[in-house]
Formats: sequence, C-alpha cells, structure tokens
Amino acid sequence: MANFYNDNDSLKHHLQHPMMAKIVELKERNFADADKYDYAPQNFEDAMDSYDRVLEIVGDICANVVAENAEDVDHEGPVVIDGHVKYASGTQRNLDATRKAGLMGMSMPRRLGGLNFPITPYIMAADIVSRADAGFENLWGLQDCAETIYEFADEEQKKKYIPRVCQGETMSMDLTEPDAGSDLQSVMLKATKKEDGTYVLNGVKRFITNGDSDIHLVLARSEEGSKDGRGLSMFIYDKRNGGVTVRRIENKMGIKGSPTCELVYKDAPAELVGSTRLGLIKYVMALMNGARLGIAAQSVGISEASYREALDYAKDRKQFGKPIIEFPAVAEILSTMKAKLDASRSLLYACSRFVDMYKIYDDIAKERPLTIEEKKEQKQYSRLADAFTPLAKGMTSEYCNQNTYDCIQIHGGSGFMKDYTCERLYRDARITSIYEGTTQLQVVAAIRHVTTGTYLNKIREFEAMEVHPEDEAVKNSLIFMTQQYADAVQAVNGVDDTKYHDFMARRLVEMAGNIIMGYLLLEDTQRNASFRKSLNVYVKYGQAEVAKHASFIGNFRPEEIKNYLFEENA
Amino acid sequence: MSLNIIVLAKQVPDTRNVGKDAMKADGTINRAALPAIFNPEDLNALEQALKLKETYPGSKVTILTMGPARAAEIIREGMFRGADGGIVLSDRAFAGSDTLATSYALSAAVRKIGDFDIIIGGRQAIDGDTAQVGPQIAEKLGIPQITYAEDIISADNGEVIVKRRIESGVETIKAKLPLVVTVNGSAAECRPRNARAVQKYKYAAVPSEVAADEAKKEFIKSRPYLEIGEWNAASVDADLNQCGLAGSPTKVKSIENVVFTAKEARRIENNDEELETLIKDLIANHTIG
Repeated sequence: MANFYNDNDSLKHHLQHPMMAKIVELKERNFADADKYDYAPQNFEDAMDSYDRVLEIVGDICANVVAENAEDVDHEGPVVIDGHVKYASGTQRNLDATRKAGLMGMSMPRRLGGLNFPITPYIMAADIVSRADAGFENLWGLQDCAETIYEFADEEQKKKYIPRVCQGETMSMDLTEPDAGSDLQSVMLKATKKEDGTYVLNGVKRFITNGDSDIHLVLARSEEGSKDGRGLSMFIYDKRNGGVTVRRIENKMGIKGSPTCELVYKDAPAELVGSTRLGLIKYVMALMNGARLGIAAQSVGISEASYREALDYAKDRKQFGKPIIEFPAVAEILSTMKAKLDASRSLLYACSRFVDMYKIYDDIAKERPLTIEEKKEQKQYSRLADAFTPLAKGMTSEYCNQNTYDCIQIHGGSGFMKDYTCERLYRDARITSIYEGTTQLQVVAAIRHVTTGTYLNKIREFEAMEVHPEDEAVKNSLIFMTQQYADAVQAVNGVDDTKYHDFMARRLVEMAGNIIMGYLLLEDTQRNASFRKSLNVYVKYGQAEVAKHASFIGNFRPEEIKNYLFEENA
Repeated sequence: MSLNIIVLAKQVPDTRNVGKDAMKADGTINRAALPAIFNPEDLNALEQALKLKETYPGSKVTILTMGPARAAEIIREGMFRGADGGIVLSDRAFAGSDTLATSYALSAAVRKIGDFDIIIGGRQAIDGDTAQVGPQIAEKLGIPQITYAEDIISADNGEVIVKRRIESGVETIKAKLPLVVTVNGSAAECRPRNARAVQKYKYAAVPSEVAADEAKKEFIKSRPYLEIGEWNAASVDADLNQCGLAGSPTKVKSIENVVFTAKEARRIENNDEELETLIKDLIANHTIG
C-alpha cells in the first residue's frame, strides 16, 4: 500500500537527528508518564518507535485518503449554507479519517488528551499531509492553535478546550480584518466587557481560514479608544455558543478545499485568554510563530509533491527518442528542484528542533525553576527559533513556488492543461509566500538576526564541523560564501540610511539562508550519504546566489535607491 | 445495551499484488513471495464490529483467527484499529484444514469463548474464495446467519437489522441475536489505525512470540491487555478426527495453472436474431447451460 511516510527516507533521516534524544527526554520528563498512561513511552527508543508508527499512520491516510480526494476537493470546494460552512465531501472524509486515527492534538500533553509529541514529529506529519493536499493541511494543522491555549490560557480553559481539540474539533485564528492584514495593530473588532466580567464580540473579520471552526482564537479591541496593538486582547469564541456567522467564502486561486471566510460577530460571547492588552504583542506573536513553522512544513510538502510529479513525468515522457530526463537542461531543473527540496526540509527540521527545545523549557519552567544551565539553553534556543522561523518560512515558501513553477515547466504544454496535478500544486503553492506574513515581512523579522549576528554565530559553529574528505571542497565554498556575506553585512551597516537598510535586507537574509541551508545539508551528508548530491547541487546554486547579491550590494551606490522609490509628485 | 462481538479474521497471502514468483512450479502458492495481510473483507467485518462498539458503549470486540503464531500480527492490527483483544487458534493438528475442518475448529473456539452476541466475518478470504466458513460456523452453532451484509444498522433488544447486498439490489432484514453475519467487500472500509491504540498495543503478543524474552514476558504480565490469547486443539476440546487433514473431506487432486487469454472480439448487434445466435454459440461451447 502506498505510504507517504514509508516512501520518503529523508523524513526518517530527520526524525533520527541526534538532538532528538535530548528533546524526547525533556519532553517526556524522563518518561514520568510511563506508568500513568497506557500509551506513554517507557524510554527514548520506545518513544521514537511510537513517532515512527504514528507517522506511518499519517503516511497511510495521506497516500490513500487525502491525496486520493485532493482533486475532487479542489473542484468541489466548500460552500456556505445558512451562515455556516459545509466542507467538500472529500474534506469531510479526510477529517473523519484523521479524527478516527487520533491525529488531533498531537503535541498536547496526555493529561489533556493529547499524544504529547514534540513539535518535530508533529511538523513531520504536517509535511506529509501537505504533500497529499496543501489545502487540507490548513484545516488539520490549525490544531496548533491549541498550543496558544496551552501556553497562555488558564487551567480551566485548558481543561475545557484542549481535550475537545484532541477529540477532533477544529480551530481557527481570527486575526485579519478588511483594514488589518499585515498591519494587525489596526484590528477593530470590538470586545465589550459585560457586568458579569464576560465579553461579547462585535464586528467583522476577513480572510479567516476555516472560519467556521469549533473553537476560535480571536484578536479584538478590548480597550475602548485605543488605536494601536496595545489595546488588543485575545479571546476564545466557542461555536457552541453561537453569535458568529459566515457571510461568504472567498473564491481563491488555490488551496480551494480550505474555506477562507468572512465572519460577522453579533454579540458573540467570548472568554478572555490571559491578560488584556497582550493579545497582539504577546499571544498573536507566539501564535504566528507556530503558524509560520506550519507554513514552512506546508511549503516543503508541496515541494515534495511537485518534485515527485516532475520526476515521474520526466522519466516517462519521451521526445526525440528518449525520456526527457536524459536531456541536461531537464536534468538540471530536476536536480535543482531536489536540492531546494532537501535544503528546505533540512532548514524546516533544524528550526522545529530549536522550537521544541525552547518550548519544552518554557513548559518545564512552569513546573519547577530551571537550573542556570537550562536557563542558558532556553534563551539560546528561543533566540535560534526566533531567527530560524522567519528564515524557514521565507526560504521554503519561495522554493516551493519555484519548484511548482519548474514542475509545470517539466510537463511542458501538458502542465498548462488542467489534466495534471502540477497545475493544482502551482496554484496551492502561491499562497505560502503570502499568508502568515509575506516573504517581505519574514525579512523584516529575520534582518534583526543578520544585524545582531545570530546567523553568523550559528554559521561559525557549523564551520567547526568535521567533514568527510570528499566534502572538504564544498565546505571551503561555504566558508568563502560566509566571507562574502560578512563583508556584505558590514558594507550595508556602514551606510547610515534606514531606507537603504530595508532595501538591502532581503539580499542579506537570503545570503544567510543560502549558507545555513548549505551547512545543514553538509551536516546531513555526514550522517547520510544520500544527501551528497543535493549538497553539491545546492551549494553550487547558493554560491551563485550569494555572489549575485554580493555583486549587487558592492556595485550599488546608496544614492541609487532613488531610482527604486516612488514618491508623490516625483 | 453492550455487545460481545467476535470478529473472524484470517491472515492471507496478498493475492492482489501478485508478482511473477507468486506460484510454485507445482501450482501451489509461494507464500514466501507474498506478504501476509489481513484478509480484506475481514477488515470490512471489523469495521462493522467497531461501529457497533461505538453505538453500544461497553461493547467488546474480540478477534478470532486460526493460523500459526505469527497470525497474531492481524490481531495486533485489529487492536490498532479499535478491537479489544483476540485469540490465535494454533495447533499442528489444524494443518491442512479445508473449510469444514476450519469451521469446526473455529466453532469450538467460539463455544469456549461462550458469551457472545454476534459473530462477524468477511464474506470470503482472498486465498480460497469459498465463502463457506462463516455459514458453516452458524450451522455448527445452530444460530442464524446473514450473508453479504453491507451494513449492520442496529443490534438492539435481541435483534439485528442488517442491510445486505443481493444480485438485484439491497435488502434490509431483521434477525435474532446471537447470529453470524458475513460482510461483503462493498461495505464501509475499515477505519485507519489509531495513534493511541498503536502506542498502547504495539507490544501485544501471544505467549509463544515472547517465550524467549524474559523482559517482554514480565512487561506483558504487568499489563494484561497486552496478552493475546493462544489456544490449541486441546484448549477448545476439539475432536482431533474432525480437525486438519483428518477432518477435511476436500481432497486436492491436482492444481493447474489457468491463464486467461483474450481471443478475437465479436460484435453483436442489438436484435433478436444476433442474440439468439450468440446464445446458441455459448451453449454449444459450454460457456452457459
């Protein structure tokens, strides 16, 4: 039977990363649940075996249910009936299968009904789901909103809502409004406190993924008269209480199975999460970071699907008397797709491990004081997660778009027709570099770590890596690229002009990304020789990219920026 | 009301994915070349059982299979999907059983289990295609049977309502519990494995699988839900004359390899004259009649 986990050795490779031993031990608190829950692991090997087996279930459902339904779901899509969403029939079957398989609330603790999986195997499931149907990943993957309830809500709320998510109720995060997209500080949805201390919500939200979910996290303005982010708070709206209706569903280009809703709140009862005024500045930031990692996983899944579609077609399609894969021009496209795919996946899981480490320490800190050593690690990984999340989201989503573009190119004219999967992948990919913060906003989040040296420090750590003699040349290329990057950073920082900095930011972030992804593949190759080909192809590609950016920055006179900017009356 | 449900299941060679070396030269199945799987229609049967368990909380689903100790694999598979446990009926004395001897042994095991409301099995196994074992068990136990079931709609107050597939459509019938139901492949597919159940039951085993592993034995002892039953002819009080080859009136004389080849196609016009000619031809070459 087809299985999207078992047929993909790179997933197992990343699952078995050496850092997992520490992650699992901390996550399982030295396996304290072993005798409390009949499904808790006894030790590290047992836990890893459980992840492997559960991912095998994910791979089975994705290959045999979700992927099979994907085309119909894309055509049928959801509809609005009496103010509520009816999913496409295939979507409903996908949800039923994932619920019956118990794949909801994967990262939630067992005491709340979850599987207590670290983020890394959960993200791996998201990667697999996205390969099958990126639109379905949105519905399934919104379970990570439970993470925000777990981190910031009170115990009563956790006990009320998280078990419901683990049982299969869906979630949504209601943030965007017509006039508040990237700029969430402008959110207007009104939260009014009643005499009994509870709240009601009134207003409109737009572009809400899975907006008719069972449990919503809502960003709303609780502080009357406030104008900025500090007047916003986070609320839980429970669909069982009523008060929110779906006015319409957007007609989108891709991920058509995922309903994108316009919501109307009419005195909708809601519960405050945590403290007022921290809605945007603390909770949404945490929520978004989780969601960004999810989009990186979605991007990798789509890249995987597009590479496989392209490879199969190129082997099968004959022109001029031979399969087109034998033409160097086609082979180059395919090997570059594979290199970008592998590099994306390495970055995704490096990031997910950092997220795992700091989140687990955050959680342990609620139970007992951390040791000095632990506190140091918590801070270190929190910083790395903060640096790698926008990098991963930005780079993997751009590569995913490039890979689906190339997938169509490999298919030639047939790829432009509706007959092949590649056209759906191309449409589905397009949103990944837009939602949960556009690539341009990921650069804004990442540039701080260029300036403060988080990336460069990590790169210097990689430089200490002992490598196989065969890989010395590649490593030297990476060292050279790092020098170009460091020089470029210095050159840009030497110019005292904010607009110039903003203008150059994406180049610097991409350079850091190229080098880091190169090193991650180098590391993978030391453990697993099957990555060597992608390592060589990727670094060759990255080298040219870094040189291109270095050249642009080196040849650019700061005053030339005027050629790019649009000014009134200019 | 809660039900005690027995699911009859068989581990079979996967004849749907047959490669070149699937048959030996003597025409018998080369089991080594074919993966052993849960008989597909038995999975449909399991789904019906699990659905009843959901409808009637407190119900218990026990999988019963006859085969070597490694048939415990399909019991674990069933537990991963929601069954509560199972029994492997395993004895050299059962070797070479035809459907009559198989149904004898299985019905003896059912008697030994004793307390049951409904026995559900697949219509037939893909390695034999006889569809006889389920009905024979019903006969031996003297209880009603419903074959070709597509949906067990309810099992309340001592009665089941079952939708069954018949040649010309479907019929919905009522029967008294206890009974045997055999399920058709057109019934709902079996649900996937469940993440919690997989983690809970992954070490479940029959005693002979862990005989050499003291640590595992101890672990299973501390968690009785991990123990899969392992019964032999003696434990179900079977009469050895009715078991295995001795109890099997079916004797295989010879096996031949039948290869279907497409011959010349013929087009028949839709009129009485041409149809009559076709029927005469088919009778003449013994295809029908």
